[in-house]
Amino acid sequence: MDFLVSALEYIVDPASWAAGATSPLPLGDRLREHLLYTAIAVPVAALIALPLGFYIGHTGRGREFVIAFTGAMRALPALGILFFITMVAGYRLSFLVAATVGSLIALTILAVPSILAGAYAGLESVDRQTIDAARANGMTEWQILVGVEIPLALPLIVGGVRSAVLQVIATATIASYVGLGGLGRIITSGIGLNNFTVILAGALLVTALALAVDGLFAIVQKLTATNLTTGRRADRKTRRDQSSGLDAAVADATSR
Amino acid sequence: MIEFRSVTKQFPDGTVAVENFSFAMPAHKATVLVGSSGCGKTTILRMINRMVEPTSGQILIDGVDVATRNKVELRRSIGYVLQAAGLLPHRRVIDNIATVPLLKGVPKAQAREAALDLLDKVGLDRSLARRYPAQLSGGQQQRVGVARALASDPNILLMDEPFGAVDPIVRADLQIELNRLQRELGKTIVFVTHDIDEAFTLADQVVIFRRGGVIAQAGTPAEILANPADQFVETFIGADKGRRTLHLQSRPGDRAILVVDGDGRPAGVLADQAGSQARNDSAS
Ligand SMILES: Nc1ncnc2c1ncn2[C@@H]1O[C@H](COP(=O)(O)OP(=O)(O)O)[C@@H](O)[C@H]1O
Ligand SMILES: [Mg+2]
Repeated sequence: MDFLVSALEYIVDPASWAAGATSPLPLGDRLREHLLYTAIAVPVAALIALPLGFYIGHTGRGREFVIAFTGAMRALPALGILFFITMVAGYRLSFLVAATVGSLIALTILAVPSILAGAYAGLESVDRQTIDAARANGMTEWQILVGVEIPLALPLIVGGVRSAVLQVIATATIASYVGLGGLGRIITSGIGLNNFTVILAGALLVTALALAVDGLFAIVQKLTATNLTTGRRADRKTRRDQSSGLDAAVADATSR
Repeated sequence: MIEFRSVTKQFPDGTVAVENFSFAMPAHKATVLVGSSGCGKTTILRMINRMVEPTSGQILIDGVDVATRNKVELRRSIGYVLQAAGLLPHRRVIDNIATVPLLKGVPKAQAREAALDLLDKVGLDRSLARRYPAQLSGGQQQRVGVARALASDPNILLMDEPFGAVDPIVRADLQIELNRLQRELGKTIVFVTHDIDEAFTLADQVVIFRRGGVIAQAGTPAEILANPADQFVETFIGADKGRRTLHLQSRPGDRAILVVDGDGRPAGVLADQAGSQARNDSAS
């Protein structure tokens, strides 16, 4: 209990936030770095995973591939990837660049499976009859994707991004293992100093950040689900039932 | 006119849904395809707008092979009504109706204005325009489906068991409305159903199928009722049970003349006869 109180004091202490405070301070800088890693890794992952997920969800092609692939990617240890890439890239690049690239790639790889699963499960959950009717009315495949499938799949797509963001925030602490910043830096220096208060303060900050960002996403997800009528919500409920596979995947991801 | 020339469809899994089907569906008439489930009606219908591609044979619309036409253009020029309406759940009724005109680039205001007129035409209140499909009853959704199919003023209307999922009373209403609309619009309609009474109600021409898209008999309702081609057709239309052969019968004590079926079950009274009888009575 003492640890908790002193960790909280450490966090709210203005000195911990003051510019020029000694490493691992100031906290604001570490928080910004942490968010920056997330803000790079997740969009890059989305850039890879969303088109792929839309393609698979729209055409139904490569479904087995994606299930095997996301399973394998989920099993990859982020820390292992980080060290591997940092080492390999370190032959050619300066250590700082190698570490940065390694961290970002590791976090991106971590974020891809959830976003991919959300995108393709979202599209898959759209009623086949609705799509068939859209096609029979003369919509092009692109118009079906953009005008029918993505809007109807939006809550599940956002859900996939949401769990990816959570995973990345929770895992971005590993960047400090290769000497980079982020909130992990606070934890590693706490370990170095054998100072439990600092370790706990770092962990609390990561948790608080994850909860805050998750809360934001919960609101976004709710908006995509309710900005239109009872009709859409009723429809969505049946689709959520069909997609319990994804929910399980998301639950699995968030529990890690 | 829609013309099928030796059309065969075999699905990749080996199922032959339609075999060597040749038939002409006249322009401005309602042709109703009827047969039990799985006999290939939907497959025949969907080959007209290239939702299904034939394995061999040709389908011509006014002499032009549909295979030579751009799929998307072709579909936009043909109205299609499905059993489950297939409305877009995230778009309002009015935008659902305006789907095809909007795809064709008609200005939004104009498309919406036309959509409101179509609501009137299919017998729906304009106040429903801003609702979402899930806020409508099944019958109302079907009417919206019909309005959407009519929105680009197509010459051809394909209808696949459009009234199959609504209750019998609503269904009868919709059938009457469709007949009224057709008298007004004179579209070339291809209508699929498994309900022979619905077929007789709506058709200028009825096509009764066996399995594999094989025609058992084609003709006007009167021709088929008067001369069922064989035992299969007789059973299908219920003629074998005497349901279709009606006789007039005057029973002692009754003034009106009764119409009874082949089994002697009263089917109703003869309207003209009943009327004239009554008039004669009051005159005497
Ligand atoms: N996409 C498909 N793949 C394989 N078989 C199909 C497909 N669509 C229809 N069939 C089969 O073709 C036959 C005719 O089907 P369909 O045209 O839907 O009949 P109907 O509309 O008269 O009920 C059925 O045996 C059905 O199972
Ligand atoms: Mg069918």
